[in-house]
Amino acid sequence: MYQEIILDHYRSPHGAGLREPFDAESFQINPTCGDEITLRVALDGDTVSDVSHETLGCSISQASASVLTDLVVGRSVADSLTVLAAFQEMAQGRGQVEPDEDVLGDGVAFAGVARYPARVKCALLGWMAFKDAVSRGVTAGDAGSGSTARENA
Amino acid sequence: MTILAPSVLDPEPLDTAAIRADFPILSRTVRDGRPLVYLDSGATAQRPRQVLDAERAFLEQHNAAVHRGAHQLAEEATDAYESARARIATFVGADPYEVVFTKNATEGINLVAYAFSNASIRTALGPESARFALGPGDEIVVTELEHHANLVPWQELCRRTGAVLRWYGVTDDGRLDLDSLELSRRTKVVAFAHQSNVLGTVLPVAELVSRARAVGALTVLDACQSVPHQQVNLTASGVDFAAFSGHKMLGPSGVGVLWGRGELLAAMPPFLTGGSMIELVRMEGTTYAPPPQRFEAGVPMTSQAVGLGAAVDYLNGIGMDAVAAHERALTAAALDGLRSVPGVRLVGPADLESRGGAVSFVVDGVHAHDVGQVLDDRGLAVRVGHHCAWPLHRRFGVAATVRATFAVYNTPEEVAALVDGVHAAREFFGVS
Repeated sequence: MYQEIILDHYRSPHGAGLREPFDAESFQINPTCGDEITLRVALDGDTVSDVSHETLGCSISQASASVLTDLVVGRSVADSLTVLAAFQEMAQGRGQVEPDEDVLGDGVAFAGVARYPARVKCALLGWMAFKDAVSRGVTAGDAGSGSTARENA
Repeated sequence: MTILAPSVLDPEPLDTAAIRADFPILSRTVRDGRPLVYLDSGATAQRPRQVLDAERAFLEQHNAAVHRGAHQLAEEATDAYESARARIATFVGADPYEVVFTKNATEGINLVAYAFSNASIRTALGPESARFALGPGDEIVVTELEHHANLVPWQELCRRTGAVLRWYGVTDDGRLDLDSLELSRRTKVVAFAHQSNVLGTVLPVAELVSRARAVGALTVLDACQSVPHQQVNLTASGVDFAAFSGHKMLGPSGVGVLWGRGELLAAMPPFLTGGSMIELVRMEGTTYAPPPQRFEAGVPMTSQAVGLGAAVDYLNGIGMDAVAAHERALTAAALDGLRSVPGVRLVGPADLESRGGAVSFVVDGVHAHDVGQVLDDRGLAVRVGHHCAWPLHRRFGVAATVRATFAVYNTPEEVAALVDGVHAAREFFGVS
């Protein structure tokens, strides 16, 4: 499960530390273990221009949030959600889903996590925060309010 | 200073190999052929053949709905169910009519909380139930180390009645801070764990009972982590109610016990209502059966109660003093061993004084989940997370801990495997 790529991201996580400016923020917790993440998304039109996060969690959740940052920043919102769907499918696939490296990049390293059902939530924590934040950001942008969504505990 | 209590220095009184042979699951392997090292009995204990056999024998020979019907099987099933109740009652120093079978301790505590809630709605209940009524201005007191099962039901009771929840704090060394709170005449309920499921701390029951009595408050004891591991006499303890679960004491899941003082149960309104908890039913209304039946609506779990009776017989066969001494020695070894690992911080009392066999810790630089994963890969089953005691973890500034808990079938070799595994986790994550 602990691929070297995962350990690398864990030791030096990308996107770590909350940054300004941002369009939406999501706070997610894993109720079974108490791990938490605060994740911010900045949008430039239809593009995810920045992701930053503060993660209190295990190596899997921290590395996953780091890989997420690499995979979605610079993509369109629609593309980022396609990556999210692929990651989620792999993580919840009980080891039966063959991941597509073209879509998931370093994310394929998490295929092993799928064989440990108790850890799947760890791998998905950041992605769920991203999904929540990006939908808030898009909604706020559509409304033209530019307001900041906060906390979804 | 030695942390060894005199009893630990006694020769090993248990034939652990023979005991382990009674537990079929302990001979299996996990994660690519590694022997199972089960250190999660605080979550649920494994069951000996004697318990499994008792359940099967009951189902193959005597199964029927208890306290209903007059046929032979109904008689035999009722006898088996009531015999289990009597033996379980004796095991905890209680009278059988004070022992209510519940699904588990969580349901037992909720039963009390909802009975109080029902008593708080002062309509069409007898005056005897008024002592359980709560309202705005009243207080319920718990402690910061409670399992969610002995916290959330009281929060909810406060929400429903307007009472206020207060709590005793916990000291840095994992003891109850008795100076952190003064009870008052407003205090109606004091609910607390006998032994913390995280820290291992054994709470000062007599002192808490004495304080509660001085202000006229009722006491509720979460005995989940004590009854399986030491001789407990509920009647002598002075508490008013106590709850424990079968599956943590070598028995089946789906059965637990709520114990209450006879005169209190006799005055308390029911929680769940329906069949078998009645005295007289008319379309206009119903009167209730005396306890314990008043609190056992519906056809109850039966093979599980029989299995719990067998678990009690099994523990009695070993002797609870021997069980306690064995687990104490394992706890001492675990505390010593873990203390020797750099970067390990124990969360809970460092010595064996008033302390049971739950050993929780964090490893600097390695998240509890990751420690648990390395241990799991080596065949060790421990608990990681907040162990349903989230406020307590917050109190100690940690999101999650690793917890090892011991039972009568564990060995010093397994404790050594735990310590080796923690060393391995530090090495793997590069913090050694």
